Amino acid sequence: MPHTETHHERPTLVQLRDVHLSFGSNKVLKGVDLNVRQGDAVSIIGPSGSGKSTILRCINGLLAPERGEIVVGNTPVHALKTEADRIALRKRIGFVFQQYNLFPHLSVLENIVIAPTRILGTDRQTAEREARELLARVRLSDKADAYPGQLSGGQQQRVAIARALAMHPELVLFDEVTSALDPETVGEVLAVIRELVQDGLTCILVTHEMRFAEEVSHEIVFTEGGEIVEHGTPQTIFHAPRNPRTHGFINALRN
Amino acid sequence: MATENNTLILKAPWVFPTVSPVALWLVALVAAWAVLGQLYADSIRLLLLWVPHLAKGLQMNILTSVLAIGIGTVLGLLVGALELSQARWINTPARWYVQVFRNAPLLVLIFFTTYVFPFEIKIGSIYLPFPDWIKATIGLALPASAHIAEILRGAVQSIPTPQWEASASLAFSRSQTLRWIILPQCVKRVLPPWMNLYAMITMSTTLASLVGVTELLESAKNASNTVNRTDFTILVYLAILTLFFAYCYPITRLTRRLEKKFSFH
Repeated sequence: MPHTETHHERPTLVQLRDVHLSFGSNKVLKGVDLNVRQGDAVSIIGPSGSGKSTILRCINGLLAPERGEIVVGNTPVHALKTEADRIALRKRIGFVFQQYNLFPHLSVLENIVIAPTRILGTDRQTAEREARELLARVRLSDKADAYPGQLSGGQQQRVAIARALAMHPELVLFDEVTSALDPETVGEVLAVIRELVQDGLTCILVTHEMRFAEEVSHEIVFTEGGEIVEHGTPQTIFHAPRNPRTHGFINALRN
Repeated sequence: MATENNTLILKAPWVFPTVSPVALWLVALVAAWAVLGQLYADSIRLLLLWVPHLAKGLQMNILTSVLAIGIGTVLGLLVGALELSQARWINTPARWYVQVFRNAPLLVLIFFTTYVFPFEIKIGSIYLPFPDWIKATIGLALPASAHIAEILRGAVQSIPTPQWEASASLAFSRSQTLRWIILPQCVKRVLPPWMNLYAMITMSTTLASLVGVTELLESAKNASNTVNRTDFTILVYLAILTLFFAYCYPITRLTRRLEKKFSFH
């Protein structure tokens, strides 16, 4: 954990208060509270269907909560009414999906430059230079002209990370980004995320990679049944959880 | 590969596997014409005399079909776009337009457009003629536009929703996503059914003969009535079938090829 000494002094970037959301009769979020400080990496862990991905989708406004407050920086996300407001929010938040969701008709380079050039109005030269820098950062310099269909899952996911970073986001949401990958390519993606965290990028990760979460996170949040059961430092959650449900989940993973 | 060969042998051991069935049909067609040429040399000579007249008719079919698919495509893309709108008051009329014209008999539409439009249009003091073949073209273009609107809507909805989510997450608006991400991916999905539709329209252009448009079928009828010989009549209609086949079959073939090619991506 690179920033431990300043950990408590940094301002809050993301704040969720009593967030409720249901799909039909299925209550997915039942009053979620969450605090993420600037520069923190927060991992959300918990069993499948506990609402982890839904939390991320609420933060960038892909889903609107029925009740509660979501604030990113100074933006009250829960109160955004127009598409224009949500677009302004999403310019500041990167999102990386489990299934990569690259644009299959565009080359790797075009996948990365399309948003900066068309949405932010960055000139083509600058956008392309930055894209190549990002590709170097995710170790895919030689794949700029390839198409997503020609890449492995791990490579596609690293392109997806580069695509998100090209917008210079102040926050990146990672939604189970290694769950769809072959075991041998998981490492290369995690290595990229590890560097981002070390560089001080604010990250919220939904993950099943417990070892990785323990290693890179400033804080771990354990969710179950649409609620935050417990949150704390990786040390507490993984080695001395207070809540018996957390304890049960961690133990089940160990065995 | 092995199983493919086996089934081929099981199905038809007598067919030399490298000869495609298409080639066999073409050979049969040429042979049929060769035999006819021997048996009815006289009628064939007569037919050749009528070729310029028939060619003029065919020209009309091609002109009508190209115009109909052109108008149909422009109109269809427009209606399809309206259908995709999220505003109820926009997409409902578009949906009704599609339903009405997709469920109307083609011939009735052609009769309808022929009689509903005036034979000339007055602009100021100038009278512009409004010929029947243009009315028939409109009759063909209307259902074509409805089909194209449906093809477009189907293609757009066949693009997985994560593409929309990914675009939204990169701060794209809905219309930007549609223009830059969704529609470019639709092109290859739309192309095969669009070409199919064109082949269908081309064949339907013969319906225009029923409202007095001098296209290929009408020319053939003229020829047949003038010569007034059964063997010649058969020959003329066989010639027309051959011409349509020669024009439409390559389109169908190309469509199939494109479908196969795109199915891998």
